[in-house]
Order: sequence, then C-alpha cells, then structure tokens
Amino acid sequence: MRGDAMVISNTEEIPGRRIRELHGLVSGSTVRAKHIGRDIMAGLKNLVGGELKGYTELLQEARQEALERMLEQARSTGANAVVNVRFQTSSVAQGAAELFAYGTAVTVE
Amino acid sequence: MDGPETFGSFNWLRLLLPFGLLAMGFFIGKAIENAHLRSLHRREIHWRRIPVSTLDAPPEGWRVTRAGLVDGSVVVSIDHWKRLLAGLRAIFGGRIRAYESLLERARREALLRMQENAHQRGFHGVVGTRLETARLATASRDGNGTAGVEILAFGTGVERAR
Repeated sequence: MRGDAMVISNTEEIPGRRIRELHGLVSGSTVRAKHIGRDIMAGLKNLVGGELKGYTELLQEARQEALERMLEQARSTGANAVVNVRFQTSSVAQGAAELFAYGTAVTVE
Repeated sequence: MDGPETFGSFNWLRLLLPFGLLAMGFFIGKAIENAHLRSLHRREIHWRRIPVSTLDAPPEGWRVTRAGLVDGSVVVSIDHWKRLLAGLRAIFGGRIRAYESLLERARREALLRMQENAHQRGFHGVVGTRLETARLATASRDGNGTAGVEILAFGTGVERAR
C-alpha cells in the first residue's frame, strides 16, 4: 500500500509531519466481481471452512486500486499526502463488491 | 441416455453424500481451526515487538521519522457443518460459538498481517488502528448464502528514530 512519494495515513495528522495546506476530500472506488474460477474454488472451500485466499487477494487488489484512484485525485490537487483515510466495502449486487477509499488531501512539509 | 434404473442404483450415494460432506467439514474444519489457533498464538508472541494502538498519537517518547498506511485483511467462511449448527441455534436463540470463533480468529489474523505488513515496510509500530467487517454476498443460485466475511485491519505505520 504505497503510492510513490505520497504519504497516506488514517490518522488526523501524520506523525512527525506538519500539515501546511488543506486540499479537501479525495476519494477513489472500484466495483469488482469475483470470477467464476475463484467462485468455484470458494464453493469447495466452504466444505471445510477457513480462509478463502482467492477472495482475500481479490479484495486486496481492489482496495489497492481504489487507493490508487484516490491518490491520483490527490495528486491533481497538488497534495503530497492524504490523511484520515477510511475504507468502505459494500456488496452492491450478487457476486460483486464495491471498495471505496476516501480521505483528506493535504500538503505536509 | 440414463434409464430410471441406472439412476436408482445411485440413490444410496445421493442419500449419503450430504452426511459425508458434513462429516468431512466437521473433521477437516476442526483440524484446520486447531492448526490456525496454534499458528496465531506463535505469531502473536513473535509480533509483540510491533506495538499496535488505536490512538492517533504515537507512544510517549517516540520520535517519528516516517509514516504510512499499513493493512492486513482476510476473507473467511464457515464450513457447512457449523452453518447447520448455527441454523439450529437460530431457532432457539443464544450464542453461536462457531461464528464467534471464526470471527475472532479472522480478526487476530488480520491484525497479524497488518503487523507483518508494517514490519516489511520498516515501521516499528502502528497507530490509529481500525478494524472493519464486511459481509460478501455469494453468487450462488439460492441467493441467500454468504460467500464469506472480510475482516480488514488498517492503521498508520510509524518509523521510530534510532
């Protein structure tokens, strides 16, 4: 979870840095569907329970993409950091999930 | 083309299959759960050196030189045997231990992964930690199953000046 040179934190301030300028809310999202192979594997895994690795990876990738889009937006405002980042996951439809990331774009020294 | 008698000879299999799958789920599920608990215990001791806090401020006396977002996540599902027990439990109400155990293990796993992520990226601690739970709907035809539950742990990793 690292954007090049952009600092991201989920706290109101970045420890050890001072916020100079506020650029407002930035966000990024993506909607992903599970592909059928993963779904079948998950169905088999359901027999014994436990981790569904395919889904874990899928959601990690999706969250990464949502973050990237958020960072892109932050860069376009001239920010070099995003603070107070929050995530939201919602099942928008059968077999699909939305990953949403948002935060406040700032310039830190 | 299958005649009715060909199909009939497999009736015993079709009758036993659900029970076989339930038994398999029970025994393998139990073994996996125990192995996971042992692994969690071992790694929790190991990762104590990366302190995790839900406060925004780093621990007293830490001079922070670098910070960045860290996370860990896991998607878990429950086996059919436990799902059946949970369904029975829902008739009478009360605690569903099977789900409690699953979610507890998933949270511990997500936190450990966050600590591992923090360590990989050279951070010495995590502040502002949050835990989120999301239910993933299944794409199956019956439409009422749960594909799994995602637990996400995230926070801000901090590097401490030496």
